[in-house]
Amino acid sequence: MSHALNDETAVAVAAKPKLSPKAKAALSEGKKAERRLGLLLCAPAILIMAAVAGWPIIYSIWLSLQRYDLKFPDRTEFVGLDNYITVLSNPYWWNAMWVTVLITVVSVAIELVLGMALALIMHRTLVGRGIVRTSTLIPYGIVTVVAAFSWRYAWTPGTGYLAETVAGGDPVLTEKLPAIMVVTLAEIWKTTPFMALLLMAGLALVPEDLLKAAAMDGATAWQRFTKVMVPVMKPAILVALLFRTLDAFRIFDNLFVLTAGSQGTSSVSMLTYNNLIKGLNLGIGSTMSVLIFIAVAIIAFVFVKLFGTAAPGSDGGGRR
Amino acid sequence: MAEIVLDSVTKQYPDGAVAVRDVDIEIADGEFIILVGPSGCGKSTTLNMIAGLEDITSGELRIGGERVNERAPKDRDIAMVFQSYALYPHMTVKENMAFPLRLAKVDDATVEKKVRDAAEILDLTQHLDRKPSNLSGGQRQRVAMGRAIVRSPKAFLMDEPLSNLDAKLRVQMRTSVSRLQKQLGTTTVYVTHDQTEAMTLGDRVVVMRGGAVQQIGAPQFLYDNPANLFVAGFIGSPAMNFVPAALEDGTLRSALGDVPLTDRVRGLLEGTEAPREVIMGLRPEHFEDARLVEDHVRSTGATFTNQVDVLESMGSDKFAYFSLSGEQATSAELAELAADAGSADVPGGGVSLVARISATSTAVVGEPAEIWFDADKVQLFDPNNGRNLTYRG
Repeated sequence: MSHALNDETAVAVAAKPKLSPKAKAALSEGKKAERRLGLLLCAPAILIMAAVAGWPIIYSIWLSLQRYDLKFPDRTEFVGLDNYITVLSNPYWWNAMWVTVLITVVSVAIELVLGMALALIMHRTLVGRGIVRTSTLIPYGIVTVVAAFSWRYAWTPGTGYLAETVAGGDPVLTEKLPAIMVVTLAEIWKTTPFMALLLMAGLALVPEDLLKAAAMDGATAWQRFTKVMVPVMKPAILVALLFRTLDAFRIFDNLFVLTAGSQGTSSVSMLTYNNLIKGLNLGIGSTMSVLIFIAVAIIAFVFVKLFGTAAPGSDGGGRR
Repeated sequence: MAEIVLDSVTKQYPDGAVAVRDVDIEIADGEFIILVGPSGCGKSTTLNMIAGLEDITSGELRIGGERVNERAPKDRDIAMVFQSYALYPHMTVKENMAFPLRLAKVDDATVEKKVRDAAEILDLTQHLDRKPSNLSGGQRQRVAMGRAIVRSPKAFLMDEPLSNLDAKLRVQMRTSVSRLQKQLGTTTVYVTHDQTEAMTLGDRVVVMRGGAVQQIGAPQFLYDNPANLFVAGFIGSPAMNFVPAALEDGTLRSALGDVPLTDRVRGLLEGTEAPREVIMGLRPEHFEDARLVEDHVRSTGATFTNQVDVLESMGSDKFAYFSLSGEQATSAELAELAADAGSADVPGGGVSLVARISATSTAVVGEPAEIWFDADKVQLFDPNNGRNLTYRG
């Protein structure tokens, strides 16, 4: 076997010098043309991305380096990193940051557990599979603002059934921690189906034979889940967690409707909106949005580099 | 180690489809038994029922004398090797093989020793720290075997363990599976659709068709004494030749000419109510180039002359293919065999016949050749129910 291989390589080596340098040049010429064509084909997409994503990012970074308040347009000037110092030394910003992190961590953690349970149910149901899957997805299909209003009415004392039964008539949305809990609950209700959907796709990646083999090897149902299913579908779990963490970190609409950021329940997005749109302070608002951008980038980096999440679109690169 | 007994085991799905019907098999302790048949014959379902991966609808399954119908797979103490190998991709070879021991809460030192021993037997020692994705097909197959043997279970179940390997490696692994089984002496149930594997590996072979057992026996016995057309056509490669024939006054009339029944065949036919129309079965090796047959042998058989369609030289001998005029033999069993082989829709009128003749034969393609065959080796089948009329059980 190896002998035959050696002979083959010997033949290949002997044949190589016969290739004229001209043919080689022609080959690389063809490669070049191919590469040019590739770039040309990508160009429209790159231009559009640069226009709709690249430019706003650069512009907001530029704005964040200036004192720029539309209420005092005459006092606009370049101030370097002053805005960053102002924001990062501000207790409102840090409060909003902790609220955001709290909502993100709690909601994503609970969503992972519930989503996994739902995914398993959807994966395993044999009867009425369509109905089970459709009904699970209903919350995700409802417009967030509409759902948020429903939650608000439900938690309003006097009119809401949840306020009367669960909260005993207390106006929960007027206190910081209970309000955050309500917002988190609304967030979980709304996006668990999305998590479940991503996890279900991951479950489909676990070969049936693997679970059978584990059963034969003596694993209980729980051991099959923890020792085989979860490790095998880890890439899918990480992608689901990444998507949901990034999403949850930017929480805005549920908060906007439920508390409007009162009682110190603002998230970073809410605070940015208040400064930028309500306060017309382009400098501070842009600084905050750049900081959110950096936070999101760090989350993505941690997931992709540290946990080895396969970046969406790449082919299982993180699996090694 | 233990014997396995299937006592009229039946599997019926909720939709009413019967996958396995009244299967009775007694597998002795340490025996290597093969379940063979075309796809959909119920062999894998039978294996899964022994494993506990599928429920048994009725009947009883006993392992080591105990009824295990209601036991979960993990409580049956049997190991299984899957066609896909089913290796855990996130574990190294070592972790894969240690997995069943870890689940059984075996202490570390014993795990280490058993994994080392298994790796030694299977020549996997230098691959212990690699992940399955970095192994070749043959190595993965061996890891799957290793995971099964570390536990020293009562029995091994193997579901087409070699069919994902390329042809050369499959032959190689076949012998090592056989050697390993003899070495360990563990009761083994092996499922395959490949009759060559069935013939070469098993102590006994169970031929299945449509959820029912057709015949159980030692490979050579099945080859020499198939109980029916299906077993006759399934076992053997190239397959047995089937030619329609008529029984008249102790003579077989067929496209191969008139052949007087030999005493042996006549004796076997006695007492059976043989119909007038039968299917005559002849193994390829029972033919020979008539020029190479000595005279005193010649009289024990008959000859026919036909044009050679194709001649394949195998080195040790030659396969000669003929097209005879006349109707093809037809029966439900033969139709199913043809469908399984994928030759159901291959055009070709008349009877096709393959003869294994000596390598020294001077037969030429396109020219007529005189072929002798051993009339005493003829097997006769009832075309209505496929039964072997010359069966000697």
